[in-house]
Amino acid sequence: MVGIVGYGSYLPRYRIKVENIAKEWGSDPEVIKRGLQLFEKTVPGLDEDTITISVEAARNALKRAGINPQDIGAVYIGSESHPYAVKPSATILIDALGIGPHVHVASYEFACKAGTEAMYVAYSLVKAGEMKYAMGIGADTSQGAPGDALEYSASAGGAAFIMGSENVVAEILFTNSYTSDTPDFWRREHEFYPRHAARFTGEPAYFKHLVSAGKALLEKSKMKPSDFKYCVFHMPNGKFPQMAAKQLGFAKEQMEVGWIVPWMGNTYSGSSPTGLAAILDVASPGDLIFMVSFGSGAGSDGFVYRVTDKIKDVQNKAPKLRDQLDKDKIYLDYGQYAKYRGKIILNE
Amino acid sequence: MISPKYHREIPQRYRLEAGKCKACSNISFPPRLVCPECGKNEFETVRLNGEGKLLTYTIIRVASDKFFGKTPFAVGIVELKDGVKLTTQIADVDFDKIKIGIKVKLVFRKIQDEGKSGLHCYGYKAVLV
Repeated sequence: MVGIVGYGSYLPRYRIKVENIAKEWGSDPEVIKRGLQLFEKTVPGLDEDTITISVEAARNALKRAGINPQDIGAVYIGSESHPYAVKPSATILIDALGIGPHVHVASYEFACKAGTEAMYVAYSLVKAGEMKYAMGIGADTSQGAPGDALEYSASAGGAAFIMGSENVVAEILFTNSYTSDTPDFWRREHEFYPRHAARFTGEPAYFKHLVSAGKALLEKSKMKPSDFKYCVFHMPNGKFPQMAAKQLGFAKEQMEVGWIVPWMGNTYSGSSPTGLAAILDVASPGDLIFMVSFGSGAGSDGFVYRVTDKIKDVQNKAPKLRDQLDKDKIYLDYGQYAKYRGKIILNE
Repeated sequence: MISPKYHREIPQRYRLEAGKCKACSNISFPPRLVCPECGKNEFETVRLNGEGKLLTYTIIRVASDKFFGKTPFAVGIVELKDGVKLTTQIADVDFDKIKIGIKVKLVFRKIQDEGKSGLHCYGYKAVLV
């Protein structure tokens, strides 16, 4: 059975609280916290980007997998903040990790589901017998325009997953994708910040795609929500995934472990992958995990995982997501945040 | 940093590749053509451990133009477990917590940009463990 043989996550140490953002724009932080269920978010350091986040997450995945990097046949990074418009992010990653040069790499983009696209293709290549191992990564230093609702959520982080067929820690039992042309969120070329269609991003986009993909996945797997120990969905804010879980028939207890958004923010392509990493950090053999991502534009990828008895051997081999989320935080004020995110216009 | 020079230094900057003298086992980082200890010239490539301790440091408050907006930042000399000493920035750090002898590890970070349209240059920096 093909599945995850190693996984790793990485979050920057910097944070900004909702209060600091709301204060600058004359908004009531209590309304934001209550409405979006967001309290603080991660911020990348001045020297961090999607590539550095991917490298650190991938190093942690390699520590858990314990494999020779030279056996990895493909590396895909899904992100909407690749540092280069033309030059694949994974070329830098493979040289940092000692993978290749006989390796296939690509940068994927599909708003917030580029990470699960990378995971899906990596899984499919191993399943097809094309290679022994393949790595899929979801990572972002998400953009949100100053003063926009997205500024409260757009954060930074990522997770990497090595797919293989030996020493699997979580088997992938079923997958399902659901896609349509739904223009709820976009960023034109050369534009610095994305645009979105406000409430249109909810029902016709997020809920329609995520719930449709989830329902089809339940039918395909002939499983019911109560069969699963955990579920994780794309987390644009704290509220949406809870509503999606309810629509699909999952209980709050099933999503609590992977529901990291209130203190992490939306890591875009890294959102549901980091949630999955948080679940794998504590999962036990035999646990079933239900995962559905969402990317604006729009589409959703669904996965059903079954955790194996190998999981306990790898959980402590690399930093856990919750530890990175809860420990050693460095808080920024809005002025520092604006500088860190390149929001201040400087002379050449 | 121009592209060919950056490319040549990737094994050291990305993977901490060093040269271990086949005659006396002295490790040179970056690799050398001649061993400074025994004068022999045959080496094997080894990857440094990436963990070590801080030997000394300073805080840069006035930097060159390429590091405009990045100040203040810490730069230190780190001694790795392999015995190699290297100079590197110390990232993500509260200056009050830096102490000589403190444990550090090397992480992958962006070192500098070649202007607004040039290369992003990556390499290692130290963080406190």
